[in-house]
Amino acid sequence: MRRFALIAVPYAWLLALFLVPFLIVFKISLSDTAIAIPPYTPTLDISGGWAAIKGFLSELDFENFVWLTEDDLYWKAYLSSVRIALISTILTLLVGYPIAYAMARAAPEWRPTLLMLVILPFWTSFLIRVYAWMGILSNEGLLNAFLLWTGLISEPLTILNTNAAVYIGIVYTYLPFMILPIYSALEKMDDSLLEAAEDLGCSRMEAFWLVTIPLSKQGIIAGCFLVFIPVVGEFVIPSLLGGSGTLMIGKVLFEEFFNNRDWPVASAVAVILLLILIIPIILFQRNEQKAREAEG
Amino acid sequence: MAEPVFAPWADPNEKPLIQFKGVTKRFGDFVAIDNLTQDIFAQEFFALLGPSGCGKTTMMRMLAGFETPTEGQILIAGQDMAGVPPNKRAVNMMFQSYALFPHLSVAENIAFGLKREGMPKGNIDDRVKEMLRLTRLERFAQRKPHQISGGQRQRVALARSLAKAPKLLLLDEPLGALDAKLRQQTQFELMDIQEKTGTTFVIVTHDQEEAMTVASRVAVMDEGRIMQVATPAEIYEQPNSVYVADFIGDVNIIEGTATPEGKGYDVAWAEGQRPFHAETDKSFSKDQRCFLAMRPEKVAISTDEPEARNRVQGKIIDIAYLGNLSTYHVELPGGTMMKAQTANTRRLSRRALTWEDQVWLSWTDTAAVMLEG
Repeated sequence: MRRFALIAVPYAWLLALFLVPFLIVFKISLSDTAIAIPPYTPTLDISGGWAAIKGFLSELDFENFVWLTEDDLYWKAYLSSVRIALISTILTLLVGYPIAYAMARAAPEWRPTLLMLVILPFWTSFLIRVYAWMGILSNEGLLNAFLLWTGLISEPLTILNTNAAVYIGIVYTYLPFMILPIYSALEKMDDSLLEAAEDLGCSRMEAFWLVTIPLSKQGIIAGCFLVFIPVVGEFVIPSLLGGSGTLMIGKVLFEEFFNNRDWPVASAVAVILLLILIIPIILFQRNEQKAREAEG
Repeated sequence: MAEPVFAPWADPNEKPLIQFKGVTKRFGDFVAIDNLTQDIFAQEFFALLGPSGCGKTTMMRMLAGFETPTEGQILIAGQDMAGVPPNKRAVNMMFQSYALFPHLSVAENIAFGLKREGMPKGNIDDRVKEMLRLTRLERFAQRKPHQISGGQRQRVALARSLAKAPKLLLLDEPLGALDAKLRQQTQFELMDIQEKTGTTFVIVTHDQEEAMTVASRVAVMDEGRIMQVATPAEIYEQPNSVYVADFIGDVNIIEGTATPEGKGYDVAWAEGQRPFHAETDKSFSKDQRCFLAMRPEKVAISTDEPEARNRVQGKIIDIAYLGNLSTYHVELPGGTMMKAQTANTRRLSRRALTWEDQVWLSWTDTAAVMLEG
């Protein structure tokens, strides 16, 4: 009984905070938009009894999902989101791996400090940090001022409100999620493995490719998923740093919901987004499980 | 017909495989190796023995190329090793932690070095099979290192380091992680494999029994210096210093002053006691301070006064019963403690000696080794 109670807590949590809201969103996605509060129809009225529920169900349909396939804005936004997420995941990996590697190679007494420095940005509001990037990247911003001062450029670069700014923002924001799992994989690695590889005829570089990379594979995969999954639905960074050309599904969702007040279509967009993300989430879980098995 | 004794170090025409020439290694202010010169010959099983921090591991790591000497030269097969990286040396090492690649199977671990050499695939497979057979691991070829036992892992590490048929194999505390029984068994396997492959082995260990069992020669090290290099028997029977005598096995050390007498010296060790006599080739001046080193098993214990010239009476304070042996701790007049060991060839109930008994200890004139301070 006590064991059951213990397991029940996380399940109750999932049920109340994930499954129920998801079912509500799914239900709304099957409704029609209406000028009312809430702005969709039908709404369920249980007091009407069985007949009311039947009538309610008969009014639900998939026409919002059909609509999503008809307007190419949506699939373009999905595609563009996935593309931006992929590219920024790769960029984050390229920036994060060397940092994680350097941290794992640092003297043991320095490691907690370095770890702290990676986590430190989380102590400030995410929104404020993104606003700070606006200050850095704008035409009159710190970066352009610095580059003009060094004489590298004669005219300010337009970075803000382009995809480049979005990539910078995403890499900056999600870097810790990439660094931490890779660091934890590298830190566990026994240095004598590298010596053994060298002893058996590897150059330093070969030893890195044949030993270090494969042994940090689980960390790389975990880090990539931790970046990719949330970035696909990212809204704040593209809307603050990106321009009119930055098409991301998070932004579309926001506009449907608040500008068009079309809750059913917005819900349909959210449901599809979730379905798109379920595949990488399952892959991520598999990877985690494999890592646990390899350790055990 | 007796086989010729393997002793290349005694032959002045023999060329050493490894030469340390005045090698010093410093880590900051710490001197790990202090002006060390030593030859090691082909097909030797050479043991570096010493307490932790004595520099034995540093010596091995310099041979592998992971450390470079601060001063001096290391030659392998006549070639100066300065500036030759580990991956360009015909030397392989078996690591203390085994350092098996966890993401590769047993067979892939063994093949790792061969692949780097660019050996054709067919040859690699043959060589891996041969190594698996040599170390009796055929059944585990496809397992990952975490799926096999400690003893098996140790054999994989050995197979991997032997696969490239190195001129020289370095073993860093190879049996440290094994339990006593498996250790003993593996020591004989190691010797067997060394003989079969004809590879020169240099082993680092802090376990003197292990060094004595496997090695053709043992170098006893302390604070970056080699104190003595000799065969296990010589190290045990003819230690050249109190440090070596004390480090190897159990020993009684008695301090005294020497007076020439017959073929050796009389050693006065306590006021009013008959001096002990020891034969030796070494020369001591009259009244020079010296030490007598005596192995407990060479000291006889009896209840009746024996005939021997070296005899002394004392009281049994402690008995360490080891099953096959018993060690008696006997207090001599003046408070000196002495250990005497006897084999328990009779059953326990038949043995007469017990605590507080007055007994006689005796030994021959050649039993004790005379050492300078």
